[in-house]
Amino acid sequence: MSGNRLLIAIVVAIAALAAPWVFYPVFLMKALCFALFACAFNLLLGYAGLMSFGHAMFFGMAAYFFGHTVKVWNWPMEFGLLAGVLGAAALGLVTGALAIRRQGIYFAMITLAFAQMVYFLCVQMPFTGGEDGLQGIPRKPLLGVIPTENDYGMYYIVLVIFLFGYGAIYRFIHSPFGQVLKAIRDNEQRAVSLGYEADRYKLLAFVLSAAVAGLAGATKAMVVHFATLTDVSAGTSGEVVLMALIGGLGTITGPVIGAFVVIAMQDYLAFVGQLVLVIQGVIFVVIVLGARRGLVGEFSAWWKARRRPG
Amino acid sequence: MGTCSLSIEVSTQLLFSQLLLGLINGAFYAMLSLGLAVIFGMLNVINFTHGAQYMMGAFAAWLMLTELNIPFWFALILSPIVVGLFGILLERLMLKRIYHLDHLYGFLLTFGLALIIEGLFQWKWGSSGAPYQSPIPGGYNLGFMFLPSYRGFVVVAALVICLTTWYAIERTKLGAYLRAATENPTLVQSFGINVPRLITLTYGLGVGLAAMAGVLAAPIQQVSALMGTNLVLVVFAVVVIGGMGSIMGSIVTGFGLGIVEGFTKVACPPASNTVIFVVMALVLLIKPAGLFGQTK
Repeated sequence: MSGNRLLIAIVVAIAALAAPWVFYPVFLMKALCFALFACAFNLLLGYAGLMSFGHAMFFGMAAYFFGHTVKVWNWPMEFGLLAGVLGAAALGLVTGALAIRRQGIYFAMITLAFAQMVYFLCVQMPFTGGEDGLQGIPRKPLLGVIPTENDYGMYYIVLVIFLFGYGAIYRFIHSPFGQVLKAIRDNEQRAVSLGYEADRYKLLAFVLSAAVAGLAGATKAMVVHFATLTDVSAGTSGEVVLMALIGGLGTITGPVIGAFVVIAMQDYLAFVGQLVLVIQGVIFVVIVLGARRGLVGEFSAWWKARRRPG
Repeated sequence: MGTCSLSIEVSTQLLFSQLLLGLINGAFYAMLSLGLAVIFGMLNVINFTHGAQYMMGAFAAWLMLTELNIPFWFALILSPIVVGLFGILLERLMLKRIYHLDHLYGFLLTFGLALIIEGLFQWKWGSSGAPYQSPIPGGYNLGFMFLPSYRGFVVVAALVICLTTWYAIERTKLGAYLRAATENPTLVQSFGINVPRLITLTYGLGVGLAAMAGVLAAPIQQVSALMGTNLVLVVFAVVVIGGMGSIMGSIVTGFGLGIVEGFTKVACPPASNTVIFVVMALVLLIKPAGLFGQTK
């Protein structure tokens, strides 16, 4: 089994390194950013049991923070990324502290409402560029030396950022803190009776999720040179839910696969125009009614059933 | 982007016309949050399709007028019936399969349905709106403001619709069954009442209410595929503020927030489309269960 895993790891590593010579690098970079975004969303859902329907506010605001600091204030890119992450984390602290006061479906509605509020603010505030967004964010050498103009080189930078974010989530989940979080998800009263302050754990998970979503958003702005209202819109919040749902809610690899599927759909189905939304809606309905475990969940269930003797 | 003025030197004309606008918005918030609350009570589903069904109501009225020459007054009854039947179909085919699951799945399912419906309407009719002529043109000069007759009618009609729904649920026998089934469906079923049918009817009623709001909105707003998209998000905030425990609570909260929004448009225009969310944040701080909600 561990031999198998090692083999899979090697294949994935080679695929990740060779990918830009097979696929369009900008597509891959965008997909990686959304994969990280979906992982951040899934961290909150899978390990804290909280479904946020407003995660685009962290993704989109971080893109604006990155764009503004790098383009207008002329900061180096690494500080721009940091500004995106910290800004998203701060926004997560404020909205999270309010949202975790309710649970379940109310939590989803509250996050959705806050995201809508952030969206309206972005439409009005001058620093976001309103309807035009922030265009032409320059790519500068990272840390002063690493060139970023070339899309092939940039791909590896984005891959490193993705692995860093993914690794952070992985470490978090497997730490004692992550275990407590799971205990709270499964039985909050019991965890509280054991002396854990449930709200604090949930809030920290929310802030971490917001920060990683922010890293994804800032990286995306770095890749595509712009930040727009689409990034903070309810549509983007819905898309990240769709990514996690397609891959499998609560699985650790699922959101990555889901993100690639959704981004590929947007790119390759661009010719159907607005009907992409209809297709996305159909996928929501089909998965909720028929395959709630998502691709990864259904596949591993099928795999287990196949290996069962007899 | 304008600026906020806290001075009281606002013309009464402006103040009252914004208040009327607020009252009209409030009427829609009230009708929509009422439907959401009734549906959630029975089905345990937050109906994300509500905005799309509101839009369908407006579209149905518009199509009836332009294609079949059916006037507004008939459409006001016919359109909610048609859209309500469509809702019943959705409930029978899809929603009933997920009642045993976590609430989130209902949210996701109806979100997907909203994407499909709005996407198809946008594909067929585009995103720009079509005008719908006011069935009661003209208005009254009240001295301190001009009151367009149709807008006055909408406020009164919405109040009548809301209070009728309240009466039907709180004061009639069918409403009593409904409330009992919300509390304990198994027990009510054991008394020989067909609870699944009651659930289906409730969904049809809630959807019909959304559609009726849509018909009322048609002459005020443009009829467009995305007219309900942002509205439903604001209505979610309204529902969080009011709590979904009480019918009267939904009505009062809806109208109240509309008026708050109207006032903000006078005192601080740039904040007018975020004020409801700010109120939501304050309510979460002070009374997390909502103004009319029970704790947990």
